[in-house]
Amino acid sequence: MSTARFLKARDIAPWLEELGREYTVLAPTRHGDTVVFREFEPERGIELDRLSTTPAKKALLPPCETLFEYATTKTDTPPYRTSIELRPTLPEGKILLFGTRPCDARAMQIFDRVYDGEQVKDPYYTARRNAATIVTLACSGQAGTCFCDRVGGSPVDATGSDVLLTPLKAGYVAEALTEKGMELMRDTAFMKADGLRQEALNVRNRILEEVPERTSFLDMERNLLSLFGDLGFWDKTAESCLSCGACTYLCPTCYCFNITDEPHGDSGKRIRTWDNCMSSQFTLEGSGHNPRPTKAHRMRNRIGHKFSYYPQLHDKTLACVGCGRCISNCPVSFDIRNAVACAIQHAAANAQEHAHD
Amino acid sequence: MAHTQELRTLIARELPNLDLVLAWTGGFDPLSSTPLFITTEADLDRLAVGPMHVQNLAAYLPSLKGRKVGIVTRGCDSRTITELLQENLINRDEVVIFGIGCTGAVNIRKVRTAVNGAPVTDVEIGDDVLTVTTGEETHALRLQDVLMDKCYTCAGQAPRMHDHMVSERSGCLATGETPPSSLDLLEGMDARERFAFWEGHMDRCIRCYACRNACPLCVCKDSCVAQSRDPHWVDQSDTPREKLMFQAIHALHTAGRCTECGECERACPMGIPILAMKQALNRRIKHLFDYEAGMDQESTPPLFMFRQQEETIKERDAR
Ligand code: SF4
Ligand code: SF4
Ligand code: SF4
Ligand code: SF4
Repeated sequence: MSTARFLKARDIAPWLEELGREYTVLAPTRHGDTVVFREFEPERGIELDRLSTTPAKKALLPPCETLFEYATTKTDTPPYRTSIELRPTLPEGKILLFGTRPCDARAMQIFDRVYDGEQVKDPYYTARRNAATIVTLACSGQAGTCFCDRVGGSPVDATGSDVLLTPLKAGYVAEALTEKGMELMRDTAFMKADGLRQEALNVRNRILEEVPERTSFLDMERNLLSLFGDLGFWDKTAESCLSCGACTYLCPTCYCFNITDEPHGDSGKRIRTWDNCMSSQFTLEGSGHNPRPTKAHRMRNRIGHKFSYYPQLHDKTLACVGCGRCISNCPVSFDIRNAVACAIQHAAANAQEHAHD
Repeated sequence: MAHTQELRTLIARELPNLDLVLAWTGGFDPLSSTPLFITTEADLDRLAVGPMHVQNLAAYLPSLKGRKVGIVTRGCDSRTITELLQENLINRDEVVIFGIGCTGAVNIRKVRTAVNGAPVTDVEIGDDVLTVTTGEETHALRLQDVLMDKCYTCAGQAPRMHDHMVSERSGCLATGETPPSSLDLLEGMDARERFAFWEGHMDRCIRCYACRNACPLCVCKDSCVAQSRDPHWVDQSDTPREKLMFQAIHALHTAGRCTECGECERACPMGIPILAMKQALNRRIKHLFDYEAGMDQESTPPLFMFRQQEETIKERDAR
């Protein structure tokens, strides 16, 4: 195991500034009344006190990324010919993601199975993924909307991180967990702090003790699947939903995308942008047919994908990390925890009924 | 809560004649609320009304057209209902209005910002102070400072029409000077500063369209021009330019229809002050046509008709 180091809180900004020469540094900063992940600039400061409004996923899956640029040229004398020139735009350069929370870092592994799996390797994603070092800050406690503990994580979980920071009084103990993390730590001028390793562990244990005992959402994929045909249930569940994209765009694990060509005159670009399964346009086919025509179908998809379909395909890992952003940012305060708990209950009740048939 | 109890009784009496009743209940913490769709008497236990129950429930009415729907309604929300009726988007005989006298609606975002985003454990509403507890700390906020914009220009606390009315509640949380709005701020800027203001704010827009989908008058959401490929007025790249273009479309499409209910801005997860654009256009509408949306069911919104000579625009004089 590599060395641990101690980062003084006030040394972090200058350190990130220095790292900015080698990396694109993304960190949570205030933006109006919200906190967003964006490129670190000293004058913007850094906000580590609360969970950011936007997730860190944009480091690997930007909300809008250019897949290639093109330009067409036409000859103006016969025989008229149009030729097209493509310019690939693969991402380059190292990325440092600083100040992610354990839920956000865990989410990266959810993407990996899809974009960097055995069968498919997305060149844009893998380029970013391989170039990214993730420095995660363990949470001092859970907020009211947090439920990482119910989906297989915890406020101090290190899954998906290269370095884990544990908060002590005047700063953080940084422990490297991967080769990339070690490299980052090796190059810093920060104090070696192997002696603080035990203290950091104690702090993390104390944080874990505060996590309440509550029911888990793991291993429910079959139960939830049994509700697939029960559209009445999904109708009731989705009744207050406005079909916007706040929940999915702010979700650290939602990874659906859309591809469009955006021409400007004779040139243009093909871009990949975040898609949103709650939108009425999601899976709308060219014919006008949509297999998910109502918000009930779409809510079933969102919950089903996270708690049933994904875990069935990927070793029972849920595609929700319990960050609670979809709850706290929903205009109608839709609470996915209640929805999943209701679904589990409803499925159990249905099963009982069938048993009596 | 005597008022809530009275409301429950009124709804219980009508419920057998209705498919559902729209009301509110508490949300994930003491500051949040969520719409409650009442179909059985048991649902009534969860009903709650008060300054923190903020969603404009009239937004659901167009999608429920054809069903018999009860709706709990404050003064401002009734303007939305009037506007929807003016535009034939709902039928009056399908809607049963349970009126409540409103004392003011809290701007939840302002409160969360005032407590620095800390998890809220308790909230108490006093006469003019909102006491918010975040774990160990308590914050006393002047209610006057944390109301929604619309409360400072409220046209009436009781709904303009109702079928049932909870006995009038007295008092109003908006007392004293109105704090400056985003629009006031913008009007003090020159064009360049204004552009920088919007460029800065739109930079964090995530294009979720919560503003559009929460707007009770944005009724073509499923075929919105912002997401159409043909016409291709807005492209999908996430630049402030494209995002602002959509806001301009929203503001123009609601000019003279928007009742300034504030749902667009309330719904925005990124806290972008987009209501200011609608307020600005409404000011122009008021100036040009002497018209305010949602005040009179018999009138026609000014941009819905063509008059050779507008009563309040003196084209000939201007020449
Ligand atoms: S944020 Fe809320 S209202 Fe919007 S789509 Fe998600 S659940 Fe529905
Ligand atoms: S579904 Fe909600 S709680 Fe789960 S990861 Fe996504 S935003 Fe967070
Ligand atoms: S534009 Fe905003 S303020 Fe106006 S009616 Fe729509 S949601 Fe309400
Ligand atoms: S609700 Fe806010 S973030 Fe979402 S599209 Fe509207 S302005 Fe942008």
